[in-house]
Amino acid sequence: MGESDYGCVIDQMRLSDDVPWTLPVLLQVEEGPDAKDGDELLLRSEEGAPAAVIGYEGTFRIDKKEYASKVFGTEDQAHPGVAKVYSSTGLAVSGRLKVVGRQDPGTYAEYTLSPKETRVLFAEKGWQTVVAFQTRNAPHINHEYLQKSALALVDGLFVNPVLGKKKPGDFKDEVIVDAYKALIGQYYPRNSVVMSVLHYEMQYAGPKEAIMHAIMRKNFGCTHIIIGRDHAGVGNYYRPYAAQEIFGEFPDLGIAPMFFREFYYCTKCAGIASEKTCPHGEEDRLNFSGTKLRKMFGEGEVPPKEFMRPEVAQAILAHRQPFVE
Amino acid sequence: MPTKYTTVSIPQPLHAKIEKLIAKKRGFKSVSDYVTYVLREVVAMHETKEVPEPFTSTDVEEIKQRLKALGYL
Repeated sequence: MGESDYGCVIDQMRLSDDVPWTLPVLLQVEEGPDAKDGDELLLRSEEGAPAAVIGYEGTFRIDKKEYASKVFGTEDQAHPGVAKVYSSTGLAVSGRLKVVGRQDPGTYAEYTLSPKETRVLFAEKGWQTVVAFQTRNAPHINHEYLQKSALALVDGLFVNPVLGKKKPGDFKDEVIVDAYKALIGQYYPRNSVVMSVLHYEMQYAGPKEAIMHAIMRKNFGCTHIIIGRDHAGVGNYYRPYAAQEIFGEFPDLGIAPMFFREFYYCTKCAGIASEKTCPHGEEDRLNFSGTKLRKMFGEGEVPPKEFMRPEVAQAILAHRQPFVE
Repeated sequence: MPTKYTTVSIPQPLHAKIEKLIAKKRGFKSVSDYVTYVLREVVAMHETKEVPEPFTSTDVEEIKQRLKALGYL
């Protein structure tokens, strides 16, 4: 992303050609390359494989404070996205990118589909409408109800877990994949669901990242995306439903959000309920904090089936250390 | 670099109606803001219909083979 797009994105949440785009995507370097405008530079992956060619257009410096404040809504370096901005070089390369060949996804190649592949797959399945579910978590019962409630309204469900760098305490990639395999294998109709992973580093930018998640899933051929409570949030930096509210500013996204309140097991209703359907208080909800869940799994304990499917819990427990340290 | 703007003329009575409308509704700071929102919605609707799939029939056959090999089809 060049300087012009960068400025528009942080100020207007759009690229300079008016396309919705809420997070900067920058190629940051320690120092500018020994190149002149118009030179083509080869970019390599960490493993050294050719990844892309960039038509060099110069470099520009970002104001880290401005970036943090406008993109994340905070300058607090306890926010993982802000911390990453402050630890970056701040020197970005401008130029048009051309991808070279298919990238090796490394792990989970068999679960990594490109947007072209998912588009063909959805068409082959005869799906006119597809709802995407973005996740960075092993599935609880509430996630399952969220997905199935959305699936009831469309032809297909695209479960698209994010694999890549995460923060300590998050489930490891292999745990998320195994947990979803267990859930989908046991509890989902085979012809209504596709799972493919997305290799992507979360930025925890809350509402602005929710818009990017929608754009990415539109590229995969989805017509809808589920946006629940505190989508892409971290800590208490964003209001619980801020990620739903921001969609009102983008009438031209080309993918429709499906908004849901949080689902949970209510002991008084004796079933799965949501903030919209259940009149009872938090004291009647069966819920576990991340800390409590980590402790339970650490001690080899299985959460109650009202909170998590036993097959999912067993898939998690099959891993000696399921959480990022 | 800030976004550049241009001027579009609309009938004054319509301008007045929009001013009244946005006075009641939250979220729009000006008539220009409202008109931009509506036009983006309309233009996007047309663009969505016009965008062809970004692959050829040869691509599709190759992709189907990979999807079959992976068990998706």
